[in-house]
Amino acid sequence: MESSQSDFTSPPTDIAPSKGWVSLRLRELWEFRELLYFLTWRDIKVRYKQTVLGAAWAILQPFMTMVVFSLFFGRLAHISSGSSNIPYPIFSYAGLVPWTFFAYGLAQSSNSLVGNAQLIKKVFFPRLVVPIASILSGLVDFALAFIVLLGMMLVFGIAPTINVIFLPFFLLLAFITALGVGLWLSALNVEYRDVQYMVPFLVQFWMFISPVAYPSSLLSGPWRTLYGLNPMVGVLDGFRWALLGSTGAPGPMIGLSIIVAILILISGAFYFRRMERNFADVV
Amino acid sequence: MGDLVIRSEQLSKRYRIGALQQGYRTLRETLVDLAKAPYRAARRAVRRESKPGEQLIWALRDIDFEVHQGEVLGIIGRNGAGKSTLLKVLSRITEPTTGRVRVAGRVGSLLEVGTGFHPELTGRENIYLNGAILGMRNAEIDQRFDEIVAFSEIEKFIDTPVKHYSSGMFLRLAFAVAAHLTPEILLVDEVLAVGDERFQKKCMGKMESVGKEGRTVLFVSHNMNAIQRLCQRVILLEDGKVRADGETSEVISEYLNADRSEAECKEWSEPALAPGDETARLKRVRLLDRSNALCSSFEIREPVQIEVEYWAFNPEYPFMPILLIHNENSVCVLESAANHDPAYNGKSRRRGIYRSVCTIPGNFLNEGMYNVDVLVRVLVPRQYFIRESNLLSFRVQDSGSGLSVKGDFPKAWSGVVAPMLPWETEVRPLGSGVGTPGSPHKTIVPASVSAEGKSPPKKKK
Repeated sequence: MESSQSDFTSPPTDIAPSKGWVSLRLRELWEFRELLYFLTWRDIKVRYKQTVLGAAWAILQPFMTMVVFSLFFGRLAHISSGSSNIPYPIFSYAGLVPWTFFAYGLAQSSNSLVGNAQLIKKVFFPRLVVPIASILSGLVDFALAFIVLLGMMLVFGIAPTINVIFLPFFLLLAFITALGVGLWLSALNVEYRDVQYMVPFLVQFWMFISPVAYPSSLLSGPWRTLYGLNPMVGVLDGFRWALLGSTGAPGPMIGLSIIVAILILISGAFYFRRMERNFADVV
Repeated sequence: MGDLVIRSEQLSKRYRIGALQQGYRTLRETLVDLAKAPYRAARRAVRRESKPGEQLIWALRDIDFEVHQGEVLGIIGRNGAGKSTLLKVLSRITEPTTGRVRVAGRVGSLLEVGTGFHPELTGRENIYLNGAILGMRNAEIDQRFDEIVAFSEIEKFIDTPVKHYSSGMFLRLAFAVAAHLTPEILLVDEVLAVGDERFQKKCMGKMESVGKEGRTVLFVSHNMNAIQRLCQRVILLEDGKVRADGETSEVISEYLNADRSEAECKEWSEPALAPGDETARLKRVRLLDRSNALCSSFEIREPVQIEVEYWAFNPEYPFMPILLIHNENSVCVLESAANHDPAYNGKSRRRGIYRSVCTIPGNFLNEGMYNVDVLVRVLVPRQYFIRESNLLSFRVQDSGSGLSVKGDFPKAWSGVVAPMLPWETEVRPLGSGVGTPGSPHKTIVPASVSAEGKSPPKKKK
C-alpha cells in the first residue's frame, strides 16, 4: 500500500515497532503530568487506609529504628557520631529520615510496574509515570518524619545551619538514586520476578554500606573513594552537613556521588524505555 | 466520507507463548536444570533469546484498513482472532512487531471498565483517578463531574469507598466515567455487558449518541445485536487476518456462516471407504436450511434439516438412522429416530440408497454449538451397523431480528432448549368484598409459533 502522508488532514501519530535504543520521550511524560499527580495522590491516599495508627507509621518506622540504633550502636558498640559532638540519636535519626525515603522509594518503584499490571495492560500512558509516582508518594512520609527531626533538634538544642538551603538538593539526589535503581529493577521485575525477592535484601545490604548508623569518617584513604561510589554516602553526609553541620562540607566525594547517581538514572531510563514495549505483553 | 483518521499498513503482532508441556522428568534432571537456570536466564537476558520450546504466534498478520472521520467501525471475530490485540496496538498499549498504523487525533481507549479503580477510594476520588487514567484533563473532569454522577445513578454513595459498592454500582460508575470520554477516536472493547438490563440499554443509547456526534469509534464485540445497531461498517478478523471488511450485515452473516468448526456436510464416494458394514453404509450426511441449501449456522427461528443418505445392502434388518444431538457441554439434547413413520418403521430395507431427513423446528434449540452423531441401527434387538460421533456440527444463534423466546434480551438465555411455550396470564382485580373475588378478567397469550408455523418437533422422511 502506498503510504502518503498527504491523505491525512492533520499530522498522524505513527505507531510502528521501535528499533534499538529509543528516545526517552520526555515531552510525552510532561503531557501526562496530571496522571503522575493522580497516581502519586492515590498512593498517598491509600497508603495508610485501614491501619489503626495511620500516618503515625511514617514517623514510627525511622523513630523506632533510631531508638534501637541508639541503644545498640550508640550505647553498646560506642559508635560515635563522628568528629562533631552531635548526640547519637540525632545523628542516626537525621540519617534515617532520608534513608527511609530512599529505601521506601526503591522498594515501591521496583514493584510498581508489577503492582500496576492491570493498568499497564489496559491503558496507554508513558510507563515512566508509574515508578516516578511511587517514589514521589514517599515525600509525605518524609515530610512527617522530618518534622519530628526538627522537633528533636529543638529538644536537643541544635539549631540548623545556614546550609539548610542545600537540603532539597540532597533530597533530590536521594530521589534520583532511588529512581535510577528503581527503573532498572522495575523493568527487570516485569520479566524476572526474582527481583521481588532481591529487593528487601538489596535495601538491607545497601544500608550497611551507607553511613546510616555510623559516620562515613570511619573509613579513610582509598576506601573512602570507593565508598563515595555509593550515592547514598553523598546524600546522608550532605543531609547531616546541611542540617546539623556535623560533618565537614561535602568535598569532591559528593561530585562522585552525583555522577554515579545520574549515570544510574540515565542508564535506567533508557533500559526502561527499551523494555517498555513489552511490558503490556509480559507483565 | 470524512477525512482519513486511521490507516493500518501490513500491521502484524507476534506473541510468544510459553513452552509446551514436556514429559515427566526425573528429580535429578530438574535439579540440574535448576542449577543451570540462573546462567541460562542471564544468557537469555543478554542475548534476548527465546526460551526453548517457546512458540511464536501471530496475533495479527498483515492487517490493512482505513478508517475515516465519523465512522463507527465494528470489529468482530472469534476468540483469539486478534480483535483485542488490534485495539491494544491502536491505543499504543503494546507495539506492533512489524508494519505500522498512523492515527490522526486524540485516541481514547476503553478496553475494560473500571481500570485503575481503587477499592479504598470513594466514588468521587475514583472518578478523578479513573478520568486521569483514561486521559481526561482535570478541568474536563470537573466540568463533567455532575453529568458522570447523574449517569451512574449513585449520587447518594459518591463519598463512600467503592469497596462497599455492589458490583452493579461499581460497574455503573465505571461505565459512567468511560462514557464521558471525549477523544476524537474512541476504541471500545466489549464493555456494554454492564449492569442490569435497563442500564445496558442506557449504555447502548450512550454509545449510539457518541457515534452520532461524529466521533470515530472502533467497537469490538461479540454481541451481534450491538454491532448491528451501532456500526455502519464491520471488519471481520480471523486468525489475525482481515477476512472481510464491508457493510455490517454482510460481514456479520459471513462471520456467522464461516465458522470453521462447523461441519455441514460429510460425504463418502466409495462404499468401501464409508463408515458401516455389509448391511448398511453411510453415503452422505448434510445440514440444510429451509431452502435446502447447505448451512451450518442457523438463526434460532429457522428449522434445521439433517439429511442422512445411506446404502442398504441387506434386506434382513429393518434398521433406521438415528440422530443424537449434543450441545457444547456434551449434554445429549435429544435423540431422534424415524420410528414413528409406519411406512418406514419395521419394514425390511430393500437394497438401495436411502435418504432420510429430520427437521428440528425453529425456536426449539437454544443458542449454541451442536454436534450430531449418526447411528444406523435396529432398536430391538439392539444392533448397530453404523455408529459415528460428531459427524456434523452447527451453530444456533439469535441475531435478535425476529420472534424468539429471548426477544431482545441482550445476554444468554438459560436452558438446553429455548422453545416458545404458551403462557396464560389472568388477573383478578382486587375486590372490595372479602372472599368474593371479582369476575376474573382473563387474558390468553397464544403460543407464538415459529416462523414456519410448526411448533412441535416433527419428523419428515
